[in-house]
Amino acid sequence: MNLLGVKAIYNFEMKRFFRTLFQSIASPVISTSLYFIVFGSAIASRMGEIDGVSYGAFIVPGLVMLSILTESVSNGSFGIYMPRFSGTIYEILSAPISSFEIVLGYVGAAATKSVAIGSIILITARVFVEYRIEHPIWMLIFLFLTSITFSLMGFIIGLWADGFEKLQVVPLLIITPLTFLGGSFYSIEMLPPLWQKVTLFNPVLYLVSGFRWSFYGISDVNIFTSLIMTLVFLFLGLVIVALIFKTGYKIRQ
Amino acid sequence: MQSNNEEIIQIKDLTKIYQDGLPALCNINLSIKKGEIFALLGPNGAGKSTLINIICGIVRPSAGEVYIGTSEIRKDYRMARSAIGLVPQELVTDMFERVIDTVNFSRGLFGKPQDPARTQKVLQDLSLWDKKDAKIITLSGGMKRRVMMAKALIHDPKILFLDEPTAGVDVNLRRDMWDMVRELQKTGVTIILTTHYIEEAQEMADRIGIINQGKLILVEEKNELMKKLGKKKLVLNLRTPLTKDISDLPLESSPDQLQLTYTYVMGNEEGISHIMRHLDERGIDYKDIRTEESSLEDIFVGIVGTKL
Ligand SMILES: Nc1ncnc2c1ncn2[C@@H]1O[C@H](COP(=O)(O)OP(=O)(O)OP(=O)(O)O)[C@@H](O)[C@H]1O
Ligand SMILES: [Mg+2]
Repeated sequence: MNLLGVKAIYNFEMKRFFRTLFQSIASPVISTSLYFIVFGSAIASRMGEIDGVSYGAFIVPGLVMLSILTESVSNGSFGIYMPRFSGTIYEILSAPISSFEIVLGYVGAAATKSVAIGSIILITARVFVEYRIEHPIWMLIFLFLTSITFSLMGFIIGLWADGFEKLQVVPLLIITPLTFLGGSFYSIEMLPPLWQKVTLFNPVLYLVSGFRWSFYGISDVNIFTSLIMTLVFLFLGLVIVALIFKTGYKIRQ
Repeated sequence: MQSNNEEIIQIKDLTKIYQDGLPALCNINLSIKKGEIFALLGPNGAGKSTLINIICGIVRPSAGEVYIGTSEIRKDYRMARSAIGLVPQELVTDMFERVIDTVNFSRGLFGKPQDPARTQKVLQDLSLWDKKDAKIITLSGGMKRRVMMAKALIHDPKILFLDEPTAGVDVNLRRDMWDMVRELQKTGVTIILTTHYIEEAQEMADRIGIINQGKLILVEEKNELMKKLGKKKLVLNLRTPLTKDISDLPLESSPDQLQLTYTYVMGNEEGISHIMRHLDERGIDYKDIRTEESSLEDIFVGIVGTKL
């Protein structure tokens, strides 16, 4: 196992995060604040409580999820896309490092950034609302699993994309809509019955629901269903990455 | 130069067909000896980079095997790649990194613990030490190439691949490169380089392999090859048509008797002063003098019998 190689990739990626520390932190802090001002203040007063939780507190887990999903996908994809784009990937391909170790370095760094940003959002949210975390361990489990899974999805997008537009397309056209429609800002019980059924096909629902359960003990779907679905996504991502490396698709001609 | 005839690389029946179907390499068989400098000579698109990239793990072979020592490049990729340093054809670097960081990154990537003394030595040998904190984007092309060389050498490879090390490099830097390569050879590193230029192969290599359209046409000791193929011409333009007898000199005259040509083997220039002295003695006056080297093209015609 080439742990020093993994560390080299991981540190390289983290360095970019720290180099742009201000942007990295400022943008989630600002967007979280905006959400609270718009949703929390303007709408919350008319929403009342959902299952005994104030609306402002209710959306905290959804907000964290929204940022984690977009940050994971964008960091995961950018990390591997850049060396492909600039050609510096030659060095990684010619190094004595396995595909698994390459993934570990890139996805590990992307997931670390996501967890850091998730934590920053939680701290920012505290300024606006009181929230509680009933099951901190579960909260961390969901936080980490989701960050890893979606960083892995991002990594796959970064391998697949052959232009900057494609890097943008997936977060914009898939991740963001699914997050908004997956119950980040409402309970699906508030939807008409047909839409409730449709939403069950939205993978993000299970992530948000499980994550919210770890805060308030309330959820749209069973917590174990959430956990199993999250693990299924993680497993799917791993299988796709393994296939990509096995066939050399877009990496080794 | 070779200390012995131990083979450090063995290429067996190596074939590469890219997705678009044309074979880039057909059935290559080649052994590289430990400690030698081997030059792969061939025109654009011959398959030089493909061959190197397969050995280094960047391109997948379609068929065949490559052994680095006893390690097969796919089955035993960790051992094989640990022994190899690569400077690819294109100048690609992380533009916003500092020189020292990018070099240390390469060492880490190859699984070696950081060694500041070693980093300093490599950067100093490549005259990069005073640029160690510079961002790569601020360096000239020649210096970037050295940075890539430093990245390739920082993990102490036993084999170094240089894919067109002197493309776009000025005469001074080319000399430096050649000197560096020779120094490396003295430390026991085996070097494989590619080039379009016969002079470069002649200057550097112990052995030369000629590759064209994916086929390895010939592999020969440099001196043998030069004797056979490396012709040079000295051409003299005369002021007035030749009237004197020069049949004792190894010269050909043109039909209009205004041009004389002396053909000789590369690296064997002693005949020139002999000829010039005799021309002077006989009062044969010339207004212009130039030399021509056999181009890669000529050599190909010599070997393959057809033009490129
Ligand atoms: N990624 C690729 N996909 C498809 N064909 C390729 C690819 N890379 C190279 N080729 C083709 O393979 C052949 C050999 O290319 P290669 O780059 O190995 O030549 P070369 O000898 O290094 O040439 P040059 O002197 O120009 O660098 C060429 O016909 C080239 O078009
Ligand atoms: Mg080439």
